[in-house]
Amino acid sequence: MNPALVAARAGLSRGWIEFKQTLTTPGDLVAILITTGGFLAAMIWTRHTHVPGTHFSLGTTMLISVLGLNVVVYGVVTMGDLLVAEREDGTLLRAKAIPNGMLGYLLGKVVNFSGQVAFAVAITLCAGAFLFTGLSIGGPGSWLTLAWVLVLGLLATLPLGAVLGSLFPSQRSAGPCWLLLLGGLAAISGIFYPITHLPTVLQWTGQAFPMYWLGLGMRSALLPNAMAAVEVGHSWRHLATFGVLSAWAVSGLVLAPVVLRRMARRESGSTVAARREKATRGV
Amino acid sequence: MEDVLDVRDLRMRYGKTDVLNGVSFAARRGEVLALLGPNGAGKTTTIEILEGFRMRSAGEVSVLGADPVHGGEAWRARTGVVLQSWRDHAKWQVRELLAHLGRYYAPYSTPSVTRPWDVDDLIETVGLTPHARKRVRNLSGGQRRRLDVAIGIVGRPELLFLDEPTAGFDPEARRDFHDVVHRLADREQTTILLTTHDLDEAERLADRILILVGGTIIADGSADELARAMSGQSEVRWSRDGQRFVHAADDATAFARDLFRRYGASVEDLEVRRAGLEDAYMALVRQAEHGAPRRLRAVAA
Repeated sequence: MNPALVAARAGLSRGWIEFKQTLTTPGDLVAILITTGGFLAAMIWTRHTHVPGTHFSLGTTMLISVLGLNVVVYGVVTMGDLLVAEREDGTLLRAKAIPNGMLGYLLGKVVNFSGQVAFAVAITLCAGAFLFTGLSIGGPGSWLTLAWVLVLGLLATLPLGAVLGSLFPSQRSAGPCWLLLLGGLAAISGIFYPITHLPTVLQWTGQAFPMYWLGLGMRSALLPNAMAAVEVGHSWRHLATFGVLSAWAVSGLVLAPVVLRRMARRESGSTVAARREKATRGV
Repeated sequence: MEDVLDVRDLRMRYGKTDVLNGVSFAARRGEVLALLGPNGAGKTTTIEILEGFRMRSAGEVSVLGADPVHGGEAWRARTGVVLQSWRDHAKWQVRELLAHLGRYYAPYSTPSVTRPWDVDDLIETVGLTPHARKRVRNLSGGQRRRLDVAIGIVGRPELLFLDEPTAGFDPEARRDFHDVVHRLADREQTTILLTTHDLDEAERLADRILILVGGTIIADGSADELARAMSGQSEVRWSRDGQRFVHAADDATAFARDLFRRYGASVEDLEVRRAGLEDAYMALVRQAEHGAPRRLRAVAA
């Protein structure tokens, strides 16, 4: 038996167990439902507003774009935040104390968050299908595009979350940063309003990050083709979406192991104890 | 026999502070070593260097025949670490967690050591059978600690590190834990290095005690040897005709014999108390903190 393979398999089941735990822990489930519910409320509010220059519901567009936002929320923020938390509570050190434990730990996280993203996307879509009109979810092409955008999106965001998570010294310091990051990016990524209405500088900035392309990819999958008219270049730009998300994925996958290894090397019983003491003292 | 642990002139310096100034000791297979010392003496630093969790400044360290810095995963599989208790894996069920963590050890099974430990047997061993289906967050402090011990030994380690394992245990849990340690050392031939503040525990568990003060080992020997080397005197108490007497004797047996020869049946309430580990520990630490540290080596015959 190859030890790394055994650890990889253990990691997959670890992710599945953790995903089931998320769904059976009332607090976690409520957090997911509240986030989704909040977005849905905002969309319902704008249901009868039209996307400028069209007769298409802004709420529906937003619903689809939020699917892209979801990937970033779970892939970067929740992943990064959990990494900070689990470094603090000693989970990471436990992983380090068992053979190939870090491999299993990380694979577990990938599976767990992929599950959570799929879950969030599914409930958003289910609710959306009942509450909104104009979704184009009939054809197999829609689902195929949705699938590759999701997978590539996870590959682009999860390593990024792990890298950012390893950089924050504590959960306390991480909280405001996540909020700022997420809010700022969402504002310039065309999630709530078409990006073409922003100043050019912000348009370019937004297009440098994966969130815009995730939103665009989702819209291309689930909105009628005519809606491409309001996008940059009047096109869904599949090739560019694939290119940018792949670039983020590759750089994340290259960078993450280096940063994670550096972080793990510094972990020891006394560093965890010191951090906990600092946290309880409220410094 | 090959030494499981061999530490020579280990040094650790943080900035300008020397935490360890030349620590040397060794441990044979199946030996239980207790590392004692006041807070800040360098116990945790020493144990973390041996666990491979911390780089050392200087010195030679061999743990299971390898340098812990370059230990690798196969080496890791032969060690067990019982960390201080945290809040990790709170949502996991006890049995689920142990079964999961055990899986990583399976490829490192050898004809002589089957890894991992059978999960139900392990749960039974640490006394968590009634709680096997509980979520970790719902365990009491003592139960949580038993789980920590179980996690540390799930891979049937050849060398086990225990950092203050019984902090927060009630007397019963402590007794159970001591049974587990005895079983590991005797039946599984596990080498164990533990740190503790509980001298009674060190005396009960350890074959050998190392006392670390100011980054140096000032004493190395069995509890008995340390006690004897520090103070050859015993305290003899008795009463005669309703009057109580106390006497410090070098040879308590000869003193008592003489006592009975002289006073016969009128000697009552005889008590002989040999200076224990606690007396020796206090004397050694005081001496080391005030005078120049010198190493006391009580060599086993």
